[in-house]
Amino acid sequence: MTATRTALQTAPLLRLEGVTKVFGGATTALDGMSLAVRDGEFLSLLGPSGCGKSTALRLIAGLSQPTRGRIRWREGAEAALGVVFQEPTLAPWSTVFDNVWLPLRLRGVGRGVARAQVEESLASVGLEGFAKAYPRELSGGMKMRVSIARAMVTRPKLLLMDEPFAALDEITRFKLNDDVLALQARLGCTVVFVTHSVFESVFLSGRVVVMAARPGRVVEEIAVEAPARRDDAFRTAPEYAAQCRRVSDALKNAMAQA
Amino acid sequence: MSAPADIGRAAARSLPLDAEEAARARRARRERVGAVALPLLVVGGTILLWHWFVTAYAVPHYILPGPGRVVSQLVEDWDVLFGALLVTLKITLLALATAVLVGGGLAVLFSLSRWVEMSFFPYAVILQVTPIVSIAPLIFIYVESPTAGLLICAWIVAFFPILSNTTLGLRSVDHNLDDLFTIYGATRWQRLRHLQAPSALPYFLGGLRIAGGLSLIGAIVAEYVAGSTGTNGGLAFRILEASYRLNIPRMFAALLLIALAGVAIFAATALLQWLALRRWHESAVRRER
Repeated sequence: MTATRTALQTAPLLRLEGVTKVFGGATTALDGMSLAVRDGEFLSLLGPSGCGKSTALRLIAGLSQPTRGRIRWREGAEAALGVVFQEPTLAPWSTVFDNVWLPLRLRGVGRGVARAQVEESLASVGLEGFAKAYPRELSGGMKMRVSIARAMVTRPKLLLMDEPFAALDEITRFKLNDDVLALQARLGCTVVFVTHSVFESVFLSGRVVVMAARPGRVVEEIAVEAPARRDDAFRTAPEYAAQCRRVSDALKNAMAQA
Repeated sequence: MSAPADIGRAAARSLPLDAEEAARARRARRERVGAVALPLLVVGGTILLWHWFVTAYAVPHYILPGPGRVVSQLVEDWDVLFGALLVTLKITLLALATAVLVGGGLAVLFSLSRWVEMSFFPYAVILQVTPIVSIAPLIFIYVESPTAGLLICAWIVAFFPILSNTTLGLRSVDHNLDDLFTIYGATRWQRLRHLQAPSALPYFLGGLRIAGGLSLIGAIVAEYVAGSTGTNGGLAFRILEASYRLNIPRMFAALLLIALAGVAIFAATALLQWLALRRWHESAVRRER
């Protein structure tokens, strides 16, 4: 009994096994991707456009099915999923509160019961006092915060983020990077983060999966060594620069192979 | 290069109102007043010109009555004409309500099943492109109650814009939001209620604005076709009747009521659209410039 439990705990949260995705019978978006996502880690998928990183994310989210290979979740972990898209993807007709309430509402949780959770989630991204605002009244960065609050309101085991900060200015992006790390540290969820920014991937993740295009595939996995607290000091530290160079070289190699 | 920038900064410091900003505010005020005053001026001018023409050339009232004569006729015939207006409005509003129910309902059905849409959408189009004047006589043969006949005619004209707009609206759902609903395992009903319906609302309201005017037109046209079969005559019936008696002032008075009813329906649908969309939709939100 004890042995099984340990085995369960050390088993990865989910595992991609030789996952291939072909679109329209012709375009291979992803070719034989194998990857284990471990509990509590921050994992980045890094690569140029067309490398299948977003496709991989959609497959994990269950939004499309692999053409070949399979995605295996650890038993009982499938349902707990939160997603943040490239755009904030808020319902313009709903207030901030109602937008964050949505995932709970779809599970049949009433407004009154959900209130505490929604408010806590909004507070965790620094948006107390904006519950009654409509999305169009918010800045791009604030909309993204609402989107993150919505993804976190169900307390997901796994958070999928698809280039969430690509459209934001650098100042806002740095702030949101810090906030996502803080949020993850507090809630202990696993994050799979898609990006095309070397600097962002190194700053955020424990592990960077470098991908190449045509066909989309994994070329290298790089573990990032970082201090326990990643902050502005880390952003300007020589270790950070060195690891960025390593990842950047790997990416350059990947592009040269393609 | 730096001189204009310096001037700009100086202007910004001399708040609250510098000369240019004040001029802009004056222009904005003039535009607001003009939006109301200009149409009123044009209407007033036209009425004056009409009055002058009729008196100056001594046009007999059975050819062209003056505006004063039309108004006095309206007052004189108020009981007959107001009753007729109520009859026409009843048909119009019932037709509009039915159009909303059937058009909206069909649109939802179409969005639920592509097969239903493929099967029935062509019929909706045929119904729409066939002129109502040509279908109406048949309808009045097969439908015994004249009121029901009028209602069917007005409904046929009014329902298509609601159907086609709402169908389009139910389909123009943001793809990422749609994915989000999939991820959270939304049921078909939840998707319709919380995603498709709000997405379709601006489209539906646009269709309603068109249908409001069309249902009045449909009701009037149907009354003309029905002719004397309508015992409780509406406004079109009164116009026909007055034309047989060469009562031209009464024709004008009835026409005036129809026009006013049309404007009232348009204003009501526009108000509804604004009320429903003002908080979130680009079409209704005022921008600060």
